[in-house]
Amino acid sequence: MTGNHKVAYTTLMDSVFKALADPTRRLILDVLSEEDNQTLFELRTRLIMEHHVDMSRQAITKHLAILERVGLVTTARSGRYKQLHFNRQPLSEIAQWLEKYRSS
Amino acid sequence: MKIAIDSVFVPDQEAALKFYTEVLGFKKKHDFPVGTYKWLTVVSPEQPDGPELLLEPDEHPAAKAFKKALMQDGIPFRAFGVDDVQKEYERLTSLGVKFTMKPRKMGPATIAVFDDTCGNLIQIAQKDERRS
Repeated sequence: MTGNHKVAYTTLMDSVFKALADPTRRLILDVLSEEDNQTLFELRTRLIMEHHVDMSRQAITKHLAILERVGLVTTARSGRYKQLHFNRQPLSEIAQWLEKYRSS
Repeated sequence: MKIAIDSVFVPDQEAALKFYTEVLGFKKKHDFPVGTYKWLTVVSPEQPDGPELLLEPDEHPAAKAFKKALMQDGIPFRAFGVDDVQKEYERLTSLGVKFTMKPRKMGPATIAVFDDTCGNLIQIAQKDERRS
């Protein structure tokens, strides 16, 4: 591994950990894992009605932007609406790192 | 005072009439020319003398921008009541209607959201609990 690789690896992992270091963003991922391709409306309705989390649209959008930046959420345009997808891939690197110490 | 007319903004009144009658099952109530456009309303066959839905031209630029922004975030513009959301979901899906939100119980109601092909999302809702 070259020095550059190590920096890139650390930076990505850092930002994924940072994105996850917030209970609201973890809740958003939990809600998105229940049903794929939700609209912002559906996500917000589920947060309010099922989790009693009443956030403004702007607040949710801000959290989603952070999750999108690290690749945990991707958006697809289906016709004229945006659909949200929970991409688990960035978690695998973290999981591998955690796995090393899980049973020690 | 009572609510007599509600409306949806549509780009093409004839296409909208086709969807709202042939697919959703509403009935045409009024249809007469007003300038370039028409005063075109539909009613529910369950309430022929109830509130009318006006299929209103969306020619104003603000209406188009408004619709686009709502649709992007999946926000329904109007809500209709049904007895059984799941049944209606299955019926409309079989007719090719696209849903952005599948039926789901949300507190006192079950709701679902579909695309009306005229640039609007519409919510259908069923009351699960009745107040006595």
